[in-house]
Amino acid sequence: MNPLAAAPRPACGEPRFVPGDRVRVLDLPRPGHVRTPHYVRHKVGTVVEYTGLFLNPEDLAYGRCSGPAVNGYRVVFDQSHLWRDYRGSGSDRLFIELYEHWLERA
Amino acid sequence: MPHDAPHGHDHDHDHDPHAPAADLGDARSRWYEVASDVMRDMLVERQVLTAREVSRQIELMESKSIQLGGRLVARAWTDPDFRTRLLEDGKAAAASIGIPMTEAALKVVEDTPAVHNVIVCTLCSCYPRSLLGQPPAWYRNKAYRSRVVREPRQVLAEFGTRVPDDVEIHVHDSNADLRFIVLPMRPAGTERLDEAALAALVTRDCLIGVAPPRLPDVAAA
Repeated sequence: MNPLAAAPRPACGEPRFVPGDRVRVLDLPRPGHVRTPHYVRHKVGTVVEYTGLFLNPEDLAYGRCSGPAVNGYRVVFDQSHLWRDYRGSGSDRLFIELYEHWLERA
Repeated sequence: MPHDAPHGHDHDHDHDPHAPAADLGDARSRWYEVASDVMRDMLVERQVLTAREVSRQIELMESKSIQLGGRLVARAWTDPDFRTRLLEDGKAAAASIGIPMTEAALKVVEDTPAVHNVIVCTLCSCYPRSLLGQPPAWYRNKAYRSRVVREPRQVLAEFGTRVPDDVEIHVHDSNADLRFIVLPMRPAGTERLDEAALAALVTRDCLIGVAPPRLPDVAAA
């Protein structure tokens, strides 16, 4: 599924999270090509899917193409948790892809 | 894409790096356009790429179209086994009917009577380009990107799509490696349409999730 999977790279750890785990998004002080938008930082969501191993876009954007790879997940949030003034159904949700180093167990 | 075709000029001429780019609404995009031109010209000059390869790649990108997405949806509507495979692994299912993709993965999210899906890339404009070609201008605009995550019902209403309160809205932020399309619900009244006619009902807006497929007015009358 992931065409980057064949690239040589250091071994990467087993996924730390499984679907159903509650996770909090970290607010890492990282500049550059970061794929974690601010609106989910500090928020608590639920892992819905492990998406596989990916070379970290934070490295790839600057030509560091040999890894290490990182585990990726899709995480779901309640919209009413993300936005204090959310107008809509209480069961509306937002799904986003997050890399493991941005997540901690909640 | 900065220019329609590669060209051999040098960059002494008048690219004002601070001129506004009307289509993207961001003056800085003009700077990146210049940087992109310079990079392309340098790669050609140093024989890393040929101008012909650059223009071939542009042609390839422009040959992709929404019709490929329509084929996936119509096949899923008419072939339950394909639908299952498409939802499990969109890229593999697409490849199985002769539609190759270059992105890491295609995630297909399915509308149901209880769930309406809509797709955005809040950070830039991630989109399944190798399947559908370039995204529409509004998909790249900050207004859509910033608003649809926090007020999806209002934004959808502006597209003419009113989602009942008892239907959940699932917003998918396409922020990283996955690419997304929506598998919309097959409209009522299409039982007699064949796969090609069904595919023609599927618009780009349907695949992004801002509008459902509709029968043409003539057929609906």
